[in-house]
Amino acid sequence: MSNSVRVESPLYHADLPGLAKLSGNPSENCGVTLREAKLLGHLNLRGNANDDAFLNGVKQALGLNLPTAPCSSAQNDKALVMWLSPDEWLIIVEGGLEAEIEAELRQTLSGHFAVSDISGAQTMLELSGEDCLNLLKKSIGYDLHLDSFPVGKVIGTAFAQSGAHIRRTGEKSFQLIVRRSFSDYIWLWLQHSSKEYGLAIVD
Amino acid sequence: MLHIRCPYCEEYREEEEFSPAGQAHIERPLDPESLSDKDWANYLFFRKNPRGLHHEMWLHAHGCRKYFNMTRNTVTYKILETYKIGQQPYVLDENSLDENSADKNSPDEKSIDEKNSSEVSK
Repeated sequence: MSNSVRVESPLYHADLPGLAKLSGNPSENCGVTLREAKLLGHLNLRGNANDDAFLNGVKQALGLNLPTAPCSSAQNDKALVMWLSPDEWLIIVEGGLEAEIEAELRQTLSGHFAVSDISGAQTMLELSGEDCLNLLKKSIGYDLHLDSFPVGKVIGTAFAQSGAHIRRTGEKSFQLIVRRSFSDYIWLWLQHSSKEYGLAIVD
Repeated sequence: MLHIRCPYCEEYREEEEFSPAGQAHIERPLDPESLSDKDWANYLFFRKNPRGLHHEMWLHAHGCRKYFNMTRNTVTYKILETYKIGQQPYVLDENSLDENSADKNSPDEKSIDEKNSSEVSK
């Protein structure tokens, strides 16, 4: 028996790479494009945003200023950081680097803080396409106009009776962070509600 | 559906994202051992159920997952203000509604801060 461990993303069973081969060129006849940004490193960071030592420590480890404004995010080539609440952030890094970056944070931070590796607990889905706004309008109650939901903004909201954190990455592209246990439901919901627009899967 | 302003996310969200969490400003007794059974039961089990103005806690369950306070009229469901945990309500009785020109789901932070500082100085 092999000692290697097969890593499975929350949507492993849906075989998205296989479906991607079937769906061909996504720009043709498909209003919504879905991609699972799978097996990234997700770190949950908690600490006091009013503590300069905490903010400096994070900056030292990640090379970016922690987004302290409500519903904001920050990104560099090392990490994507989303504001979740006044004392909680989600740090997303390249898959496999999470342990290294967690160790770095533990080195640069001291006092009252918490870093937890939650990579296995959730997954990121990327939605884009002409009709992805229509799809989201069915799923959430939030105003999707660019004035209220500009690019870079992150909101935690009720998503189709479940929950998701949604970050806008472009006028018609979004990142969804969903819990592992809800990912299959969300996947079924996305298939069902994008039926009228056409759904293309990209690997 | 109610439109509720989360004081932590600093914007209005749909009621669907929130869950109510009961009466606000309940202080845990500093020395529970010295309390009579009646006082302890009052602290533990008895809650206000007013007709009219009510200060209550809500949880932004799908958003920032923070508890905050709200002053709501239980008859009309009108939300008069929402404010962070640790802050004191601006609207204290129905008579103060008119002079504060009511509709204060989003009280400006300044008025709350002023109120807090005046309470501290007392």
